[in-house]
Amino acid sequence: MNLEPEEKDMLDGKYGKSAKKSMEILTTLGEIFDAECMVEIYSVQIAGVSYANLGEAGLEFLNEMAEDGKVRVLTTLNPAGMDRENWQALGIEEEFAKNQNRAIDTFAKMGIITTCSCTPYLIGNAPHYGQHIAWAESSAVCYSNSVIGARTNREGGPSALAAALTGKTPKYGYHLDENRHGQVLVKVHAPVKGTDEFGVLGKIIGDKLVELGKKIPYITGIPSATVEELKSFCASVATYGGTALFHMEGITPEHNRYPKPGDIVFEINQNDLEKTRAELIDADIEIDFVSIGCPHASIHEIAELASLLDGKKVNKEFWITTARPTKRIADEVGYSKIIEDAGAKFAADTCCVVAPIKGRFKGIMVDSAKACYYGRAKNKFKVKIGTIEKCVEEAIK
Amino acid sequence: MKLEGRKIYKGTAEAEAIVTREGISFYGGVDPDTGKVVEVGHELEGQTITGKVLVFPTGKGSTVGSYTMYRMKKNNTAPVAIVNEQIDTIVAVGCIISEIPCVDKINISNIKNGQKIIVNGSEGIVEVK
Repeated sequence: MNLEPEEKDMLDGKYGKSAKKSMEILTTLGEIFDAECMVEIYSVQIAGVSYANLGEAGLEFLNEMAEDGKVRVLTTLNPAGMDRENWQALGIEEEFAKNQNRAIDTFAKMGIITTCSCTPYLIGNAPHYGQHIAWAESSAVCYSNSVIGARTNREGGPSALAAALTGKTPKYGYHLDENRHGQVLVKVHAPVKGTDEFGVLGKIIGDKLVELGKKIPYITGIPSATVEELKSFCASVATYGGTALFHMEGITPEHNRYPKPGDIVFEINQNDLEKTRAELIDADIEIDFVSIGCPHASIHEIAELASLLDGKKVNKEFWITTARPTKRIADEVGYSKIIEDAGAKFAADTCCVVAPIKGRFKGIMVDSAKACYYGRAKNKFKVKIGTIEKCVEEAIK
Repeated sequence: MKLEGRKIYKGTAEAEAIVTREGISFYGGVDPDTGKVVEVGHELEGQTITGKVLVFPTGKGSTVGSYTMYRMKKNNTAPVAIVNEQIDTIVAVGCIISEIPCVDKINISNIKNGQKIIVNGSEGIVEVK
């Protein structure tokens, strides 16, 4: 790899121990993927925040990096294993809370903004079109590449941290035009509406891409989509297909930038949507948990929930998972009071995927196809997908 | 026999090889406290990789696997070196942060289970004794 003088100095240890280790990680990845050089990045999103995933070993590594490491670019965090203010009410054990806070404090020591959210693009870590970034969190990677048109590979926890501490990432993969072309033409012949249905669509496309061994779909037939629908779609297609980038005709900014694929065509009709939706509903489910906000709920979704829950009472555990800054807006506007008066709980900073709730519930109802996947695989719940309205109906039944 | 590959992480180690044709997921697939492979149905299930040269085609699974490797190193349960056919980012980053010598681009069918091998991560060479 061709390194700039400053990058060489980092590798030689002139910028300290953690910059050296970081540059070792980045140059090795660069060599593996044939990067010619590094590229300067605008921002970083770090995953591997939950203590349940990090463990003592991960924490020890972070502490080592925090001895002399300071981030050089805007850096935010993925969800943690708990709500940092409300963890007791959500049934999190004190020992876990203590360890989770140790991890977050270590990130803070490095100058990382400790907003623990999978939707950094909604709360100030907002790159613009064409900017290079180094993000972890598969749904946010997919959103930034596709919906924003920024450029990132799918980073892991350590490689994202290394990018943050150096301000650089090796220039390969999705940073280069030639790797951003659509590979499969996906024609949608049915109306798609709502976060749940966009999640279903994401699963259909993701599953098909895995079968085809392809990564980048070019989707037609979607006349409009909201930010919330797109974030749900991103989470789903990334979960089921490992997709980091898609193009959607008339919607995403790069849909006209590269030649439209035509060799492999895949069609989706109403039947496919119904069939796949059925795969996300366990027949013998007994619902005792409802969770909205995978990816983290926007203020728009919280407004909708407030209106649906106004004057009602929930009879099941009901979580709204969101970013702390979004929760603060909901507090200010008065949505939080309406929602909490109805008996629903905010779980900020965390989500139903990363919180340590394995086995605590029997069946979960969600509006997210990603949450269905992890609800089954990680937490051993039965799952059911439905619209936000249906989720609220179930909770107040 | 000398096999030439690509250096991933520096350092030299000599030990018995433990070889599998299946991918390894360090997160969930290996117990960092015992050094045993615990993935159900894996060819190496129940076998310990501690102190050996672990030879496998490529890594798989969650990126948290890099931290698992680091934890194994701290627990003294890690393999002393890693040889891959094609490295993936999880194992590469794991080797760097855990300082485990590693070489890839090796035809691993040349290495038999139990053979003594020397891994020279600085030169990208694997020697089968």
